[in-house]
Amino acid sequence: MQIETVFAGFGGQGVMLAGRVLAEVGMKLGKEVVWLPSYGPEMRGGTANCVVIIADEPIASPIIAHPRDTVVMNRPSLEKFCPAQKPGGYAIVNSSLINIRPDRDDIRVVEVPANEVAIEAGSGKAANMVMLGAYVGVTGIVPVEAVIEQIKEEFQAKAKLIPLNITCVERGYDIGRAAAGYCV
Amino acid sequence: MKVIFRRPESLSVTPTHYCPGCTHGIIHRLIAEVIDELGLREKAVGIAPVGCSVLAFNYFNFDFQQAAHGRAPAVATGIKRARPDLIVFTYQGDGDLASIGMSEIIHAANRGEKFTVVFINNAIYGMTGGQMAPTTMPGQVTTTSPRGRDVNDVGYPIRMCELLSSLRTPAFIERVAVHNPKQVINARRALKQAFIYQRDRVCFTFVEFLSTCPTNWGMSPVQATRWLEENMMPYYPVKNFKTPEFTEGQNAD
Amino acid sequence: MAKILMKGNEAIAESAVRAGGLLYFGYPITPQSEIAEYLAHRMPEVGGVFLQIESEVAVANVLYGAAGAGARVWTSSSSPGISLMMEAVSYIAAAELPCVIVNIVRCGPGLGGILPSQGDYFQAVKGGGHGDYRCLVLAPCSVQEAVDLMPLAFDRADRYRNPVIVIGDGMIGQMMEPVEFTEQQFPPLPPKDWATTGCQGRKPNVINSLYLDPVEEEKLNFKLAAKYEQMKKNEVRYEKFRTDRELECLLVAYGTTARVCKTAIQRLDDEGIPTGLLRPITLFPFPEEAIYELSQRARFLLSVEMSTGQMVEDVRLAVGRSKPVYFYGRAGGMVPSPEEVVDAVKRYLAGGDR
Ligand SMILES: Cc1ncc(C[n+]2csc(CCOP(=O)(O)OP(=O)(O)O)c2C)c(N)n1
Ligand code: SF4
Repeated sequence: MQIETVFAGFGGQGVMLAGRVLAEVGMKLGKEVVWLPSYGPEMRGGTANCVVIIADEPIASPIIAHPRDTVVMNRPSLEKFCPAQKPGGYAIVNSSLINIRPDRDDIRVVEVPANEVAIEAGSGKAANMVMLGAYVGVTGIVPVEAVIEQIKEEFQAKAKLIPLNITCVERGYDIGRAAAGYCV
Repeated sequence: MKVIFRRPESLSVTPTHYCPGCTHGIIHRLIAEVIDELGLREKAVGIAPVGCSVLAFNYFNFDFQQAAHGRAPAVATGIKRARPDLIVFTYQGDGDLASIGMSEIIHAANRGEKFTVVFINNAIYGMTGGQMAPTTMPGQVTTTSPRGRDVNDVGYPIRMCELLSSLRTPAFIERVAVHNPKQVINARRALKQAFIYQRDRVCFTFVEFLSTCPTNWGMSPVQATRWLEENMMPYYPVKNFKTPEFTEGQNAD
Repeated sequence: MAKILMKGNEAIAESAVRAGGLLYFGYPITPQSEIAEYLAHRMPEVGGVFLQIESEVAVANVLYGAAGAGARVWTSSSSPGISLMMEAVSYIAAAELPCVIVNIVRCGPGLGGILPSQGDYFQAVKGGGHGDYRCLVLAPCSVQEAVDLMPLAFDRADRYRNPVIVIGDGMIGQMMEPVEFTEQQFPPLPPKDWATTGCQGRKPNVINSLYLDPVEEEKLNFKLAAKYEQMKKNEVRYEKFRTDRELECLLVAYGTTARVCKTAIQRLDDEGIPTGLLRPITLFPFPEEAIYELSQRARFLLSVEMSTGQMVEDVRLAVGRSKPVYFYGRAGGMVPSPEEVVDAVKRYLAGGDR
């Protein structure tokens, strides 16, 4: 099995980190993984995205035209990536900043007010972790405990930020779990 | 009604890609204003470097050539020798001019090529993500000097105005800044002077702009301005270094 | 050792350090600046040397000097920077000095863009600089393979006293994959008794590439040629994928493009079109024999590249007129997708575009 996930948003929203945490977790679970960033002159301010591939078999092409899932944090990302998704995939949409829905009836959409949730938890900067938590909650792609372990490691040098990020993952996870049953 | 603020004709209507608080935009505007004021737009040819200003040709409304990294003074030499009547300037960052292009700039200056160099000294490599430049300050942290620039290992920042002034060939060489209105007015004056000397075919002309790169310095625009004042200005004095003996209009066509 | 998730550029840097590549000189350029940035903090930890030099022209000449003094020395850059190094690389090849040059290729010509490309194939495998010389060229297709090839690159550079180029497209540099660093064993190397290390107790050594006497210069040329023949005999490396059967089409692709082809092959299998892949790992020497052999069980060959057609020329040389050789490529930073490769194979199967 192979699952491809695009994490996309504005530069600075932390989509690269969210993707990397997932890739690290996948690797530690013994899966094959690839994390491929978009890289371009618009390092700052522009849009940023990365693709994470998690698979049981060695990953052939790291270039994914049609990802199964998307985690989109702003509207341009939704407009760019959701139309390319494989039928049956999941789209996790940051409803704090996106007021439209993907124009498709063959993917499952979960709206997550990630910025509001993160602000309530202490800082809007951790909205990426709410999105990651929600994605894990909806899809069960990896156990949420493993994500939390990874966050402890990731933020070792800035230990102050660990509780905030864990809270955000957990709240996102709950939203995802709740949506998992009925999302269409 | 008197128009007090309008876009210089020499600037195009394209929005720039520069980061907030970056001084590239102000300097573009000064160049455009001076070229308009001297009525040189239709004779102007700019040379874009490799650096954050690599797309400068999009922002000006006159002819442009894009040069290989550091080679703008050689390209300018070619244009000026082929067409001495054109008004030619290079626009170069500190990596472009003082590192990879050191040879080209020194020899163009030494030959007394009669074009204008606009040198942007922001003490870092902007475009490639914040590596050390030859102008990086002692102790300044960059991605390739993670412990701060160690002058015992890589030497002191290069002062281009001082270096070029040591050449015997006559030239106009001045260092300016643009981080407050007073400095901007002074910078505009120096830049205009440079283009006048070029127009009148007097000498090589070189204006260094102390600039900020808030993005790669990891600072807010306000902090960056303060850092420039406190760290760069004492080391890179803002002043005229060299003026040719000449009266305006002497060589005019 | 547990696997760690690393960006290609950083993994290459770490692998080089572990292989004893403790002298690195470079100049920033996207998409490989992470190599220099990694080494800027790593080299002091291991007592190595990291130095940012004023230009790639100078970098390659620093390499010449350090290699001539007997050091294990290397650099990295991307296409426009590699072009600037070509002068000194020609001198390095002529003076028979060992060094490793990593090229994380971006699209060109000219300043081009910073996105992945395979447009430097000709430059890498056909010499690149002036004069009659070759570099050994290694082309990894994954971060792990890049890690594994670095020690080999250093060993072969020393063994052949020749520049070795490790060529990866921008994707290899930017992508993160799990890697494991394993120690590789190589037979002992001959002492560098030719190096300019000070002539105490021996005759002076000279590192030089000037031969005004045509007899001497020709001697050098043929000596180098013999060395390249040795490489052709001993160093050819490649991977075969799904070639143990009768094939409609044999794909030839290296680097990231080869991985795209593997996915395409799986899809073609689903459609009942048996296709195989030969992936050159060494671009010079080129796996001509292997390609020729496999071509005999395929109806046609398709070279897939991120260029407008460079390696395809060597594929044609390898099979001669015995089989048709076609080309599919994307350029300018565009990457071929598996779907496009599938379509191209089907098009040629149906006899289109001939
Ligand atoms: C031959 C070559 N080497 C390296 C590069 C990569 N490169 C692009 S811009 C740049 C330096 C930019 O710094 P600077 O000149 O200070 O201008 P800034 O971006 O700060 O305005 C470098 C090294 C290149 N394009 N070509
Ligand atoms: S990176 Fe620095 S020099 Fe480049 S546009 Fe941004 S602030 Fe200006």
